[in-house]
Amino acid sequence: MEITVRGLWTLLHGMGFGALYLLACSGALVELYRFTTSSPPLGTAAGQERFLRIYLIAMVLLAWIAVLTGAYVIYPWYRAAPPLGTHDLSLFPQRLLQSSPATSGWHSLGMEWKEHVAWFAPISITMAAFIFIRYGRDLKNHRSLRAAVLTFTAASFVSAGIAGFFGAMINKYAPIQGGHTIQLSQGEKK
Amino acid sequence: MNTPENVLSPAAPAIPNGSGVAAVLAAGIGCFVLAVLAFAGDKSLVIKNSLNIYKPTGPLSGVTTIAILVWLCIWGFLEWRWRKQTVAASRVHSIALALLVLSILLTFPPIVDLL
Repeated sequence: MEITVRGLWTLLHGMGFGALYLLACSGALVELYRFTTSSPPLGTAAGQERFLRIYLIAMVLLAWIAVLTGAYVIYPWYRAAPPLGTHDLSLFPQRLLQSSPATSGWHSLGMEWKEHVAWFAPISITMAAFIFIRYGRDLKNHRSLRAAVLTFTAASFVSAGIAGFFGAMINKYAPIQGGHTIQLSQGEKK
Repeated sequence: MNTPENVLSPAAPAIPNGSGVAAVLAAGIGCFVLAVLAFAGDKSLVIKNSLNIYKPTGPLSGVTTIAILVWLCIWGFLEWRWRKQTVAASRVHSIALALLVLSILLTFPPIVDLL
């Protein structure tokens, strides 16, 4: 069992940071709503608020790491131009997708949308985390602000979902490959 | 589950809403700037080339770097102006939300191709 360095980076970007962020989004929406609309049992408010702060800060870090590794580590491998006369495009995913009408849409629609819309996630969740840290439970007294935080958190979920979906599909049809090979385990001989 | 006893009705806010409203509007503007730059780069070769500030990543590097700088600068400015104030939140939030929706639409390739 082995994986290439580029494959490992793609795995970390998509399954590590991106998927974890998506999982965290639903929890953040529920907790933000619950925390800012209802009163907690006595003595638990400070602990809950501290937990949600740490949770949101972790989400901010995940979102930024996901977009930065995507744009500055993986995307250059994706869009690399093959030397003239290259017939095997397996190391050039963008060109591989564009080489067939059956797959070109994954680039022209999928990657073209994903590479931009993904950035709305970290911007939105940074704003939501900042407001929660600044206002805490006082958000329940700011209905409009609370609605905006929930809306932008939901938008961050949607944009990360779009990016995640297209990322997974693009990597299915034109996987990022290359770099050193890391041996994970030795297979049994048949 | 919420019951009438533990659902709170809004009381007088302890912190003015200015700081939060500033963050919301700045986020909306930041997303919109990113979308406009991406759109402009798609439509003009000159703009596309000028956005290419890190060659391996291409124009995306310029689009995102400029958008983030604009977002942070606007956020800092609005925070400085509104921090201690109470602002008409509903109207500003509507604007921010409209900018966010426009941003998502403006980055959607079939719409970009139509314009």
